[in-house]
Amino acid sequence: MNIKPKIGSFLLYAFLSVSAFFSIFPFFWIIIGSTNSALDIQKGKLSFGDQLITNFTKLFGESDMGRALFNSAKIAILTVFLSLLVTSMAAYGFQMYKSKAREKTYSFFLLTMMIPFASLMIPLFQIIVVFRMLNSHLAIILVASISVFMIFFFRQSFVNYQTEILQAARVDGAGELRIFFTIFFPSMRSTYAAGAIYAFMTSWNAYLWPLIVLQSNDKRTATLLISSLSSSYTPDYGVIMSGIALATLPVIVVFFAFQKQFVQGMVGSVKQ
Amino acid sequence: MAHEKQLNRTGWFFILPSSILLLFFIVYPIFYSFYLSFTSTRGIVSQFVGFKNYVRMFGDPMFFLALKNTFTLLLIQVPIMLVLSITFAAVLNNKKVRFRGFFRTAIFLPAVTSLIAYSILFKMLFSYDGLINNTLLSLSIIDSPLQWMTTPKLATFVLILAMIWRWTGYNMIFYLSAMQNISEDLYEAASIDGASKVRTFFTITIPLLKPIILFTTVMSTIGTLQLFDEPMNLSQGGTTSSMVGPDNVFLTLSVYIYNICFKYTPNFGYAATVSYAILLIIALLTFVQFTLSRDKEEVMRRRIEKETKKMVKEGLR
Repeated sequence: MNIKPKIGSFLLYAFLSVSAFFSIFPFFWIIIGSTNSALDIQKGKLSFGDQLITNFTKLFGESDMGRALFNSAKIAILTVFLSLLVTSMAAYGFQMYKSKAREKTYSFFLLTMMIPFASLMIPLFQIIVVFRMLNSHLAIILVASISVFMIFFFRQSFVNYQTEILQAARVDGAGELRIFFTIFFPSMRSTYAAGAIYAFMTSWNAYLWPLIVLQSNDKRTATLLISSLSSSYTPDYGVIMSGIALATLPVIVVFFAFQKQFVQGMVGSVKQ
Repeated sequence: MAHEKQLNRTGWFFILPSSILLLFFIVYPIFYSFYLSFTSTRGIVSQFVGFKNYVRMFGDPMFFLALKNTFTLLLIQVPIMLVLSITFAAVLNNKKVRFRGFFRTAIFLPAVTSLIAYSILFKMLFSYDGLINNTLLSLSIIDSPLQWMTTPKLATFVLILAMIWRWTGYNMIFYLSAMQNISEDLYEAASIDGASKVRTFFTITIPLLKPIILFTTVMSTIGTLQLFDEPMNLSQGGTTSSMVGPDNVFLTLSVYIYNICFKYTPNFGYAATVSYAILLIIALLTFVQFTLSRDKEEVMRRRIEKETKKMVKEGLR
């Protein structure tokens, strides 16, 4: 028996375990932290405490986390619906009705992906001021609903679609919009699930644009609330941890819940 | 003929909603921003000033500080992160490694946290009386607590560490999906020829991953040049404090633009100028990265498109 491979594989698993530990530890720390007082968190206490209710009472009482979570959810859900509709329609248009002019348009769309948000921020701010949308959720939803990345993602996923099905429906006299909604959409559900996850996560975690647009406390999102909690002069670690735990939880739940459906979709496309 | 015409119109119809939004929220702003960069705004009064803003930018020490800070991250954080990602991907692509699924999920998990959440988390971990100092003290690695967040070099270190934590798993997924497309036969042939694992990694895996390496490099470059959430939330006092990190080490280009617009006396014209500097740097770096890795360009472009499609799926998973 050679001892060298054994040492090698020991080092390998040690490396992986240490990495996995550092990756997961902060999550563990968030959960522990939300049950402890600020003082215990600072001291580095790593066991569950009994401050969970106190932290949550403060978070929902003084800071109105309930409203912030509601705002975040409202914005995220509406953004997901609008952006899925708009971007998948565009991808469908580009992929199923190919023409030279539309390919050029598509290249132009892709080119805009390189533009940093910082370059758009100021004119966007002025637009929403002119349209009296400052401090409104609509301004966030509208701006977030156009994502060239998602058009790109959808089009790539539509490439393998059997267009004969659409042709058959057309022969049967179905309208183009009806074909899109009743025949095409249902058969692409897993792709839409993937797009929905992406749009949801992006919206839920958005910071810079909401920070600029939403100026009153009753309009702000969970992300903004947590950020302002942490930058206050006397940050309460226990309350911040509870806030982070609450704001992170939906994303983790969505990630694990949709993972299965997503894998199914991928297996499905491999079979084709 | 009439039928085809109608189909053509339907095609445009599907693209219309996106086009309108794109026109309003991306195309118009980017041109307007260009116009703004030649104006000076004080409150609602705005006047055309020609190249004055550009001249001002080249003599602005804060702009150069932001540029330096951004490039420090670009040159240190991005390479370390990408090397780590590709290492993890190579290891976790090996079918003989046990608990692969667990390790993959574990290393990917940081990528689901919000940028705000992890920044604040790292700020708390590395605070003067925080967990890291306490742990290092109790292990006798240090004698007295380190001023992580108030010493410029250490604060930069924390920012780099935090970004590596958040983004390594995310990039790993891209490499993993690309590696899964490499035929097993290649590796088998190599091992029959007596090539070691490390050698096959450098002679087979890396060359075949070139398009994906290029893609992740470009994406990370764009991401770093736009960095805002992390420095803002790692710094004490966030958007309200006068400095962004000790000695302004967290002042990135995007943070600087935000400050010009919303913290100091707003000067949208000058902010637009700085934002065009970012746009130009991104365009330039992307061009350089593409040129450096150009081989049979057309082939590569197709491969990137193909890989990206899979990657996008994997990345979202």
